[in-house]
Amino acid sequence: MRIKWVECAALSVMAALSVMTGGGSWFLALALGVTLLKCLLIPTYHSTDFEVHRNWLAITHSLPISQWYYEATSEWTLDYPPFFAWFEYALSHVAKYFDQEMLNVHNLNYSSSRTLLFQRFSVIFTDALFVYAVHECCKCVDGKKACKELTEKPKFILSVLLLWNFGLLIVDHIHFQYNGFLFGLMLLSIARLFQKRHMEGAFLFAVLLHFKHIYLYVAPAYGIYLLRSYCFTANKPEPAASSLFPTLPFQEGPLSCILGSKLLGFVQCFGQSALRHRLLSVGKAGDASIFLILTTTGHYSLFPLLFTAPELPIKILLMLLFTIYSISSLKTLFRKEKPLFNWMETFYLLGLGPLEVFCEFVFPFTSWKLKYPFIPLLLTSVYCAVGITYAWFKLYVSVFTDPPVGKTKKQ
Amino acid sequence: MEKWYLMTAVVLLGLTVRWTVSLNSYSGAGKPPMFGDYEAQRHWQEITFNLPIKQWYFNSSDNNLQYWGLDYPPLTAYHSLLCAYVAQFINPDWIALHSSRGYESQAHKLFMRATVLIADLLIYIPAVVLHCCCLKEISTKKKIANALCILLYPGLILIDYGHFQYNSVSLGLALWGVLGVSCDWDLLGSLAFCLAVNYKQMELYHSLPFFGFLLGKCFKKGLKGKGFVLFVKLAGTVVASFTLCWLPFFTERAQALQVLRRLFPVDRGLFEDKVANIWCSVSVFLKIKDILPHHVQIIVSFCLTLLSLLPACVKLTLQPSPKAFRFTLVSCALSFFLFSFQVHEKSILLVSLPVCLVLSEIPFMSTWFLLVSTFSMLPLLLKDDLLMPSVVTTMAFFIACATSFSIFEKTSEEELRLKSFSVSVRKHLPRFTFLPRIIQHLFIISVITMVLLTLMTVTLDPPQKLPDLFSVLVSSVSCLNFLFFLVYFNIIIMWDSKDGRNQKKIH
Repeated sequence: MRIKWVECAALSVMAALSVMTGGGSWFLALALGVTLLKCLLIPTYHSTDFEVHRNWLAITHSLPISQWYYEATSEWTLDYPPFFAWFEYALSHVAKYFDQEMLNVHNLNYSSSRTLLFQRFSVIFTDALFVYAVHECCKCVDGKKACKELTEKPKFILSVLLLWNFGLLIVDHIHFQYNGFLFGLMLLSIARLFQKRHMEGAFLFAVLLHFKHIYLYVAPAYGIYLLRSYCFTANKPEPAASSLFPTLPFQEGPLSCILGSKLLGFVQCFGQSALRHRLLSVGKAGDASIFLILTTTGHYSLFPLLFTAPELPIKILLMLLFTIYSISSLKTLFRKEKPLFNWMETFYLLGLGPLEVFCEFVFPFTSWKLKYPFIPLLLTSVYCAVGITYAWFKLYVSVFTDPPVGKTKKQ
Repeated sequence: MEKWYLMTAVVLLGLTVRWTVSLNSYSGAGKPPMFGDYEAQRHWQEITFNLPIKQWYFNSSDNNLQYWGLDYPPLTAYHSLLCAYVAQFINPDWIALHSSRGYESQAHKLFMRATVLIADLLIYIPAVVLHCCCLKEISTKKKIANALCILLYPGLILIDYGHFQYNSVSLGLALWGVLGVSCDWDLLGSLAFCLAVNYKQMELYHSLPFFGFLLGKCFKKGLKGKGFVLFVKLAGTVVASFTLCWLPFFTERAQALQVLRRLFPVDRGLFEDKVANIWCSVSVFLKIKDILPHHVQIIVSFCLTLLSLLPACVKLTLQPSPKAFRFTLVSCALSFFLFSFQVHEKSILLVSLPVCLVLSEIPFMSTWFLLVSTFSMLPLLLKDDLLMPSVVTTMAFFIACATSFSIFEKTSEEELRLKSFSVSVRKHLPRFTFLPRIIQHLFIISVITMVLLTLMTVTLDPPQKLPDLFSVLVSSVSCLNFLFFLVYFNIIIMWDSKDGRNQKKIH
C-alpha cells in the first residue's frame, strides 16, 4: 500500500515526539500513549456522525457561506453555530489532500479508506487542544503533601483521568465526534479562571459557545461566578451585590457551579459532565466519591452507543481499565480519610456488572428479544438515571453543607 | 502485591491493544486460492474435526497436504480440535469438510480472533505477570513497568493478532517452563517446556539451554546422589509428556515417522522467502543454494549453529544460574535463527521472548533488539496490510520502555554488563574506554536506517529490475543487527564472572 507524504509527515511528528519522551516527561508519555491508542481505534465502528461531519466538510468547502445553513441535500444539515462551520471549513482544506471526493455535497455516505483516515486523524489532532488544556489544569492542582511516588501525585492521577477518559475515547474516537477539542476549550477557560485570568476565561467560554451551543447549560454558572469573583468582589464596597447572591456556592470556585448547573440540565451524555468534576475530585475525598459514582454510571450509560460485536471487548476492557484505575487511585490518594463509598453505593456500582452480563450476554438469547427488544436500553437508562440523580443530589448537599473554602487556597 | 490495581490496568491495556490490532486484516485475507495462515488454522480445525486422528498428517483425498497440511506437532492439532468443537456449536459451515475452504466472514473472524485472545489470556499473560512479580531487587513500580513493556512488545501482538498465529501458546508454555526451572520447580518447568515443544517444534531452539541448565543443576547436586535422582525424574517427565502427546501416533511406526517428516521438512531447502539470517543475506552475493549440494548445506548449517551456541551452553552447564539461563536462551535461540535450516522470519519471536525476560537487566540493549526484531518482519506485516498497527505499537512500545527504564541514561559499561569485558580488554589496550560511545552511535545509526527503510518501503516503488530490493535491504540490515547482538550476548555470557558484578542473590 502506497501511502502519501501527508501520512508520513503525521507519523514522523509523532515519532519525533516519542523520541522526546526518552527525556522522561511522564505527561508527554501519557499524552502520546493515549494518542497512539486513538490511532488503534481508527478501524472501529463509526456512527452516522461520521457522515454528518463529512457532509459539513463538503458544505463548507463547496458552497458559499450564504448557503451553509440552507443546504439540505443530505438529512444531516449544519446545526452547530458558525465557529464550528468555520472549523469544518478549515479542516476541509486539509481534507482535499486526502480525498477530494469527500468534499462533494452529493457524495452521500461516502467513506473511502482515505476519508476515514482523514476524519479520524482530524479528531486525534484537534485533541491537542484538550491535551494543552489538561496541562494547564494540572498546573492549578497541587498535592497537599509532598509525594515522592509519581503515581500518587494528584497531578498524575488527574492527567490520567482526563487524558485517558473512557467517555471521550468511546464517543470521539469510535462513535465519532469532536468533543475533545471542545472540552479542551472549556477546560482551558476553567483553568484561566483558576489562574485568576478572568477575561481570558470568559473570552474562551464565549468562543466555545459559538462552537457548540450545548454549553449554554453551564453558562449560568459561568455568569454567576464571573459576576461574583470578578465584577463584584468582596474587596470592592458593593454590599448590595453580596446580598443579591447570599447563598450561592461560589466559595467552592467555578467548578461546583458549573457542575451543578450542568447536572441541572440533565445532560444526555452524562459521562461528559464528570469531566469538570475531575478537577474537584483530586482535591477532596467527598467530591471524589461523587465523581466516581457519576463517572462510572455515566460511562456505563454510553454502552448502548456501541452495539457492534467487534467493539464489545473494547468497551468492556476500556471501561474496566478506567473504572479500576480511577477508584483505586483515588482510594489511595484519600486512604487516610473515611472510605469513599458506603455499602449502598458499593452495591449499586457492583450491580453494573450483572446488568451488563444480562443485557449483552443473556438477553439476546431469550425469547423476549423479539417481543421487547428495547428492554436492555430501558434497564440501562433507568439504572444509570438513578445513579446520576443520586450524585447530583449528593453534590448539591455537599456544596451547601461543606465549610467554605478560603479564596487564597485556589492560587 | 501493593498496587495490584496498576498491574490489572496494565493487563487490561495489553488486552485492549491486542484486540484493537485484531480489528485489522489477517494473513491472506481475500486472496484465493491459497489465502494465508488464517485459512491454514481454519483448515486445521476442519481436518481435525472431520477426519480420524490417523489421517491428520497423511495425504488423502479428504486431506490434501499441499493445501495447508498440518506441519506442527500434535498439541496444535488438539488445540485446533478444541476450537473446532466450539466452531461447530456456533456455525458448522465454518468447518464443513471441503465446502468451508476459504470461508471468510465478519462473524468467523471474530471467532478466530477470540480464540487467540482466550489462549493468550490463559497461558501467556499470566506467565508474564508472574515473571514480573517474581523479579528480585526492583521496586513494585518497576515490576509493573516491566510488565507493561513486555505486554506491549509489538512483534508478538502483530503476528498473533494481525497476521494470525498462536505463538502466545507455545511462548507462554515455554515461559512457564523458564519460570518453573528458575524457581526450582524443575519437574513442572520441564513439563511445561515439553508441552511447548509439542505445540511448535521451533521451541527446540530453546531446548539446549533448558537441557544445559537442568543438567548443570544435576551436576551441582552430585551425580551420585540427589543429582542422579533429579536426572532420572526429569528424564521420566520428558518421556511421559512426549508419550502423552504422541500416544495416538504410536500405534503404527509409519504414523510417527510421517508426523516427523511433516515437522522437519528438510527437503524444503536452506531458506524460503526473505529472512534476516545469514544464509539469505549471503545469498544476495553468493547463491549458496545453487553452489552447495543439499546435504552439504545441511551439514554446514548444523556445524555453524552448533559452534556458535556451544560456548554459552557449556558455560551454563558448568555454572548454572537463572540469570545465565535467561541470557543463554537468548544467544542460543539467536544462533539457531541466524544459522539454522528453514528458518522463517516469525522465528525471531523465539529470541524476543528471552530478551523480554532480561529487559529489566539491560533495558537499553533489550529495547533496541526488540525494535529490530519487529522491523525485521516489516515485509510480512506490509503484505498483511498492517502498517498502521505496526507503527503505532512500535511507538507505544518505545515510549513505554523509554519512560519506564530511562534507557538513554543506562548506557554505561556497568549498565550494559560490559564492565568485565572492557576491563579484560584494557589489560591489553589501556585506551579501550570508548565502547559505550560506539554502542550509542550504532544505536542511532540502526534506528535511522530502520526508519528510512520503513519510509522508503511504504512510499516508493522498487525499481523494475530489482522488485525485491526493499525486502532484501530490510532482511540484510536486520541480519547485521542480529549478528551484532549475537556477539554482544555471547560476550556478556562468557565474561560474566561471579566476582566482577555486584553480588545479586541467585534465586
